[in-house]
Amino acid sequence: MTEIDKESFNIEERVLMLGNAAIARGAYEAGVKVSAAYPGTPSTEISENLVQYKDSLYCEWSPNEKVAAEVAIGASIAGVRAMASMKHVGFNVAADPVYTVSYMGVNGGLVFVVADDPGLYSSQNEQDTRMVAKAAKLPVLEPSDSAEAKDFMIEAFKISEEFDRPVVVRTTTRLAHSQGYVTLGKRTRPEDKPYKRNPAKNVMMPGNAKGRHEEIERQNDLLAKVADDLSINKVVYRDNKIGVITSGIPYQYVREALPNASTLKLGLVNPLPMGLIKEFASKVETLYVVEELDPLIEEQVRALGIKVTGKEIFSRLGEYSANMIRKGILGEEPDMRKAASVPQRPPILCPGCPHRSVYSVLKRLKIHAAGDIGCYTLGAVAPLEVVDTTICMGSGISSLHGMEKAKGREYIKDWVAVIGDSTFLHTGVNSLMNMVYNKATGTVIVLDNSTTGMTGQQEHAATGKTLQEEETVAIDLANLCHVLGVSFVREVNSFDLKTLEDTVKEAQAFEGISVIITKSPCVLLSKERKPRYYDIPENCKKCGMCLKPGCPAMTKRTDGTVAIDITMCTGCGLCYDLCKFGAIALKKEEN
Amino acid sequence: MSTRNIMIVGVGGQGTLLTSRILGGLAKIKGFDVKLSEVHGMAQRGGSVVTFVRYGEEVAEPIVEEGCADVIIAFERLEALRYAHFLKKDGALIINDWRIDPMPVVIGAATYPENIIENLEKEYKVYRVNATEESKKLGNPRVFNLIVLGAAARHMEFTVEEWESVIKNTVPPKTIEINLKAFMTGYNL
Repeated sequence: MTEIDKESFNIEERVLMLGNAAIARGAYEAGVKVSAAYPGTPSTEISENLVQYKDSLYCEWSPNEKVAAEVAIGASIAGVRAMASMKHVGFNVAADPVYTVSYMGVNGGLVFVVADDPGLYSSQNEQDTRMVAKAAKLPVLEPSDSAEAKDFMIEAFKISEEFDRPVVVRTTTRLAHSQGYVTLGKRTRPEDKPYKRNPAKNVMMPGNAKGRHEEIERQNDLLAKVADDLSINKVVYRDNKIGVITSGIPYQYVREALPNASTLKLGLVNPLPMGLIKEFASKVETLYVVEELDPLIEEQVRALGIKVTGKEIFSRLGEYSANMIRKGILGEEPDMRKAASVPQRPPILCPGCPHRSVYSVLKRLKIHAAGDIGCYTLGAVAPLEVVDTTICMGSGISSLHGMEKAKGREYIKDWVAVIGDSTFLHTGVNSLMNMVYNKATGTVIVLDNSTTGMTGQQEHAATGKTLQEEETVAIDLANLCHVLGVSFVREVNSFDLKTLEDTVKEAQAFEGISVIITKSPCVLLSKERKPRYYDIPENCKKCGMCLKPGCPAMTKRTDGTVAIDITMCTGCGLCYDLCKFGAIALKKEEN
Repeated sequence: MSTRNIMIVGVGGQGTLLTSRILGGLAKIKGFDVKLSEVHGMAQRGGSVVTFVRYGEEVAEPIVEEGCADVIIAFERLEALRYAHFLKKDGALIINDWRIDPMPVVIGAATYPENIIENLEKEYKVYRVNATEESKKLGNPRVFNLIVLGAAARHMEFTVEEWESVIKNTVPPKTIEINLKAFMTGYNL
């Protein structure tokens, strides 16, 4: 999705850009030479936009965020500006190298872009990256619109090199997926830093790490001292009755709700500019901190002995809004009609999704699934209700293993682990390795749809293509499982219901580890339009078999017969295979 | 001019992103400050989606607040009902008269409300469009969103020429003709 062609850019031109596109542009202008990432909403479009600059820089999809972070660290050691981008939970996966590269510092500038998801639009938790970064002792910059997203990337690389610190640029869904104006600048070409062997800085064994810990505390103190003068921390005095300390997207809500309030807008949220905060607090009558999620700023302001209002009137959950701030600070309610009470419309598997077909078989066999992260997590909800657990990337396989070790083989005989192909390569492989090593019994189903589906169809190590659209080796998942020592490995077409059912039964009876790889490409990948199906109401016996998998293209008429919406049907044939009465037929001509 | 607040609501996959980007392009050629807020990721998979477009002299937040929308463009009836309270008292609600059952309705756990448009008309300025039917007449059911947009355009301050030039620059080149036709169909309804 390279929506903006590099050649069409004119320098100084003002263009409308998604926050994530602006981050990519900032990286380009800052002279980044290496970028690595694993897709994760709301961070995915950063890499998807970076790839348009591939003549000037290298970017890749790595199999997971830990690998991506290490690729970026290596590039920084080699002396170039480098970055890794990920969603907040991906930052946990990357935590091991991140916490230690914090001790090492950088050679070429190093930036981690981490996208939080307040409101949980597409995530399994709502953690606050600012807290994680603070624990890792990393400076954090937080932009508040697309223009700043670009500018702060450039600033982040400057700070990184000047203070010898890896820097976190933190965004949120609302910034990442909003568009605003960005003024384009030229790509800078900072000279590569020379590489010098320096074990005291780059080999983190205890003796060296001890020295580095001292050093980075000193560097962070230095940064804290100059933070008061950094131009990205902005004080604007308006009316002195209300003063608000804020940062990121909440700053925009504050400006909207309280146009007359004085503001201290923090661009650097770790470390905080304590001098500036004290001065600002002394000049306003009532001081508020407005920050989404955790009270990172508020607690530190309080620790200075300053009286401040924050989380006692604002939530630690979800997104904020201008209405919320008007209500909290001014006691004003919006002039609006009451919201209607309406049925929820949760996300669902697409019509034609191969996961639905696999789940329909598992449901018929009354199997529980230890689930994982991907579109197929949606197998947890009605009418499929096959997935019982979902924790994090790669957890399905290892948690099934834990259940078996807790309760024995019999206990998990009606369980399987399900995991997508991209997620399997992310962190599933090591869980399977553990099952082999520790003599487990259990069935793992790899739902192979040849893509990273949920985040919008990105390539991965088994698709044969790179982010830069080059052909490459496609890792063979079946061979990989064989090599790990799994003897029972079967590949089955996801829509071949009979073979799939037989294979699952066989796998469940197998003493040892069985892996079934169900194969059919994500329906959103395929550009080819298959012939569609239509209903023949006079043959319909109203048995409801075809409705069981919950295809959104199918509804029940008032008389109980089934209707297929041909504008939604993708021709997967699942309902056709389930109907025993010839009430569903293939449409002959298709244009 | 005070900031204009537009919302596009519908079901994931109906093309709310394309529609909001056309509106963003219009605001840009008129020299307005503009911000758009979009939905990506899991909610795009058939869930309820809302995108916001705000333009004016200076725009701070990228979202439209409850009770503040000037225009809501709804691609589906239930979604119109879900977000109607975001409208200002005199705001306009353009509704595609089309029903897509959410999963709780499909499986019988919830009921699709009856007479949504009739009930909304009692409280709001409602403009009903049979865009899905009209798009079938045009031979391409996927361009219904441009028909709804055409109907909404009558309640906004841009000229037909401005709309046409932005649509040409926003939709895929192969689909320009059918999209322009769909837009004018909606505009002339």
